[in-house]
Amino acid sequence: MIRPHRSHPLWYAFMLHRLSGLALALFLPFHFYVLSLALTNAARFGSFIEWVHHPLVVVAETGLVFLLAVHFFGGLRLIALEFLPWTSRQKTLAAFALAASFFIACAFFLSAI
Amino acid sequence: MHIREAWKDEPLVSNSGTMKVSVWRGQGDVGQFEEFDVPVLDNQTILDVVSWIQQESDPTLTYRFACRVGMCGSCAMMVNGKPRWTCRTHVKKVRKDGAIEIAPLRNLPVIKDLAADMTEFFDKWVKAEGVFHPSKTREDPIEPINHESNARQQASAAIECINCAVCYAACDSVSSNSDYLGPAALNRAWTLVNDERDSAAEQRLKAVSGDGGCHSCHSHQSCMNYCPNELNPTASIAGLKRESVKNLSWWGW
Ligand code: SF4
Ligand code: SF4
Ligand code: FES
Repeated sequence: MIRPHRSHPLWYAFMLHRLSGLALALFLPFHFYVLSLALTNAARFGSFIEWVHHPLVVVAETGLVFLLAVHFFGGLRLIALEFLPWTSRQKTLAAFALAASFFIACAFFLSAI
Repeated sequence: MHIREAWKDEPLVSNSGTMKVSVWRGQGDVGQFEEFDVPVLDNQTILDVVSWIQQESDPTLTYRFACRVGMCGSCAMMVNGKPRWTCRTHVKKVRKDGAIEIAPLRNLPVIKDLAADMTEFFDKWVKAEGVFHPSKTREDPIEPINHESNARQQASAAIECINCAVCYAACDSVSSNSDYLGPAALNRAWTLVNDERDSAAEQRLKAVSGDGGCHSCHSHQSCMNYCPNELNPTASIAGLKRESVKNLSWWGW
């Protein structure tokens, strides 16, 4: 449950960064495994790549692209927060990171279908 | 005038009737909420509500306050789950569905009822080298300080802290890491890092660079979101992080 003291945009930005990071960490081993098939088992890799065009998989991949983008832009936001002079536009920056991630995920989706 | 008398001057019950107020009762980790019916007044702070309960309903209720005008920092509590300075929090602003829940500050041990034990909060202030180390004695002439200088402006921006621990109660890094020095102590350290009259810059940066120091902050910005004096501990901590990484040699690198 989200406790009352946490209900403000920048806490949500923190949690989104944390969850996207965790999800990516879980996904990466699988990602590397599939890539390794290209070297160790070309036939299976080929059939896997076929499967990648299934609509459900495209939707799932769009989600992954979103997570990657939101972690990337969120990370840039945090690096700026910690290493550049302070700006009071923290909420705007967080909103921008989210919007840019949606944009990239949608662009991926449109190019994949 | 005694607070109680002040109430008697006003009509105690305005036409708005009464409200349900749940108040945390107990000692240490053990306790439960107890409900009180409190008259609604036109102009009423959360501290007024707590004082009314203690004076009119249950004299054993324990809580803490002193100035009643947002200067002393002793009256902070959790109000409907959010940390607030109760003497300057109006009931009208925070009532949720007509009800109010009041609990002791989060992240601190409870002494009794609404009074939290602030010992660790102040100990961490000292651990973060939040103490001024003068570079001159009283025999020396007074040093002229340029109020326009960048360092002085950074120090001034963070200096109006009243030690209320609202930020400390809002901080999730404090809840997950009991060694974390917390926003208030680190914010104080940052004012002193920028104070030209202080002589302990290196000692202080070392104190805030280790375990539980500025690098344990996750930048949620809950501290600045709730600080009643509108200070920005996150920005101060970011400043400490920058100064700290400029001196990687302290970490044995
Ligand atoms: S920004 Fe840092 S100090 Fe402030 S609430 Fe978050 S972790 Fe705590
Ligand atoms: S920084 Fe703000 S919230 Fe924290 S103790 Fe000081 S005045 Fe209170
Ligand atoms: S009683 Fe002093 S700050 Fe609230």
